[in-house]
Amino acid sequence: MAVVSSRGQRLSNRVAIAAILVITLVFLAPIYWIGSTAFKPRSLATTSPPTIVYQPEISPMVKLFTKRVQLKPNEKVDYDNAPWWERMIFDGGERISRTGKGAIQLSGYPDRFINSLIVAVTSTLLAVGMGTITAYGFSRFRVKGEADWLFFILSTRMLPPIVVAIPMFLMYRAAGLNDSHVGLILLYTAFNVSFAVWLMKGFIDEIPKEYEEAALVDGYTRLQAFWKIVLPEAATGIAATAVFCFITAWNEYAFALILTNKKAQTAPPFIPSQIGSGLPDWTVIAAGTVLFLLPVAIFTFLLRNHLLRGMSFGAIRK
Amino acid sequence: MAEIELRHINKHFGPDHVIRDVSLTVKDREFVVFLGPSGCGKTTTLRAIAGLEEIDEGDILLDGRPIQGLRAADRDIAFVFQNYALYPHFTVYENLAFPLRAVGTARDALDSTVRSVGKSLGITHLLNARPSALSGGDMQRVAIGRALVRRPKALLLDEPIGSLDAKLRETMRVELKRLHFENGSTSIYVTHDQVEAMSLADRIVVMNDGVLQQVGTPTEVYLYPANLFVAQFIGSPVMNIASATIRSDGGQASVTLDDASFDMPADLLGMLDKKRAAPALSLGVRPEGVLVSHTDQPGYRPAEVHLIQPYGGFDIVDLRFGSKTLRARTSSGYVDRIGARVFARIAPSQTHFFDTQSGASLDLRLGD
Repeated sequence: MAVVSSRGQRLSNRVAIAAILVITLVFLAPIYWIGSTAFKPRSLATTSPPTIVYQPEISPMVKLFTKRVQLKPNEKVDYDNAPWWERMIFDGGERISRTGKGAIQLSGYPDRFINSLIVAVTSTLLAVGMGTITAYGFSRFRVKGEADWLFFILSTRMLPPIVVAIPMFLMYRAAGLNDSHVGLILLYTAFNVSFAVWLMKGFIDEIPKEYEEAALVDGYTRLQAFWKIVLPEAATGIAATAVFCFITAWNEYAFALILTNKKAQTAPPFIPSQIGSGLPDWTVIAAGTVLFLLPVAIFTFLLRNHLLRGMSFGAIRK
Repeated sequence: MAEIELRHINKHFGPDHVIRDVSLTVKDREFVVFLGPSGCGKTTTLRAIAGLEEIDEGDILLDGRPIQGLRAADRDIAFVFQNYALYPHFTVYENLAFPLRAVGTARDALDSTVRSVGKSLGITHLLNARPSALSGGDMQRVAIGRALVRRPKALLLDEPIGSLDAKLRETMRVELKRLHFENGSTSIYVTHDQVEAMSLADRIVVMNDGVLQQVGTPTEVYLYPANLFVAQFIGSPVMNIASATIRSDGGQASVTLDDASFDMPADLLGMLDKKRAAPALSLGVRPEGVLVSHTDQPGYRPAEVHLIQPYGGFDIVDLRFGSKTLRARTSSGYVDRIGARVFARIAPSQTHFFDTQSGASLDLRLGD
């Protein structure tokens, strides 16, 4: 009996593992495609059927970070004295454009990437910070019309964002916030803060108020109790909220496209703009996309322990 | 050490009047237990003393100084929560050290205080553990240790052992008594468990509906309940209560409960007159005040055994006198058959008379 059931169990385990493997492969296929394209020579990027096995090269990354021009038919380049990475560009029929003094000109990508980081990190900090404090207030104090306030906060997310795109554009232009970091940070914070309030309220509600009360009678002020007791206890919730806010701000495309064009432009609207004229170089676009995927992956990975606890938070009633 | 005084405390939660004009003095080094059913205002009163609830009216004095305006942090009163409220992200050591850090205790003094408190509670081996790794009893020891570490003026405990299992509760009860004996801090302890209250308290404060019902030593509260509520709340199994009619039969007094009549000493009539007793009276007698015999003796009335509940050391027997049922306590196995005919009487020294209307005890103390 025991043998039979354990054999059956082993079989069903194997089936489950096989199913998980298949599903994982299906989900990872696009990521593999974009990842592999980021290291292909340009000629292999658009073959049909797709090339699976190839000699990976770094040229798409070099191209991503540099400004390049096509070589003219008879143009001579100093091939022998050029560094290895510049030779790759010559092999592709291009050369890196230089200033009058001979310095390498960078592409727009690094600046856009830094813009993305500035906007996403700042707006996440602001949204999570304000959200946590607001949620704490709603959770711990009797607020007049609490339900109405919370509904109002939630209602700011009820309109599809794109509906307000044109009014936003006009308002931003009038206020001089077009193409500014402050403008985007403000917008993403406003997007995220209502979400952060609701999410954090759930987490803070779960923290027994006796912890703070214990701290109060132990000789601390409410603010000290908040810092020393509530925040560490809410770390899980803060991590989960931060990841969600960061992803929203990092991936946002529509408003970034409308409200920025150069100085404060983030990576999402920049990457497709490279498709531009002539034949698109898919390897460069893939390289930009791969780098763009990394921060969210790293951030989520760093907070993974908190996130896993966050998923099961509140599932156990004490 | 400290004396706590409450003067005419009132507190509302919205429309609910949860503390009604409560006045009380807890003497220095006294162990007072607030006892009452849930929702009677005992915990709210305790939290008000700690500074975790504001009161609407009245004064709370600590050593004669009003403290109702002070923040909890400035009252120098420690509080033990029902769910312990140990900080989960701190070790036991850090939990114990937390109140000392608030007042900026020097590192050496802090370390030696934490270790000595840990030693007196027998939790030295747990100092590096996290609260989640502790058993219920150990969590409670840490919670009490955290309250004592600062040597507070007063110690407030809100059902501190209510969530432990029965056996552990008994152990902790003894430990609490020992701790209070050793530290002697003024303590107020809230519980709905009368056994805890009886065994721990110097004085018991019985509360119901936000009103103080009776304040007295455990014996006083048990033997001389001030009103019907206290009479029925204290004691297990519960006291027999019945509406009573007093008659006089040629110098002999008797009390009639429905159609069962029992003899009472003649001086009962005079006492009732003197107290100007209201016409509607209730008689209360604890099961041990109902005396049972197999033989007919003077003053005993015939009864039929209706139900027998063995309690181990004794039995509780429901006796039927016609339509009236009284609960009696007998030695175990004394009555062994349901439906048996026995004889019983009410011991006059153990009867209590209450004004049915107001519930107040007439406080008549009869001899046998």
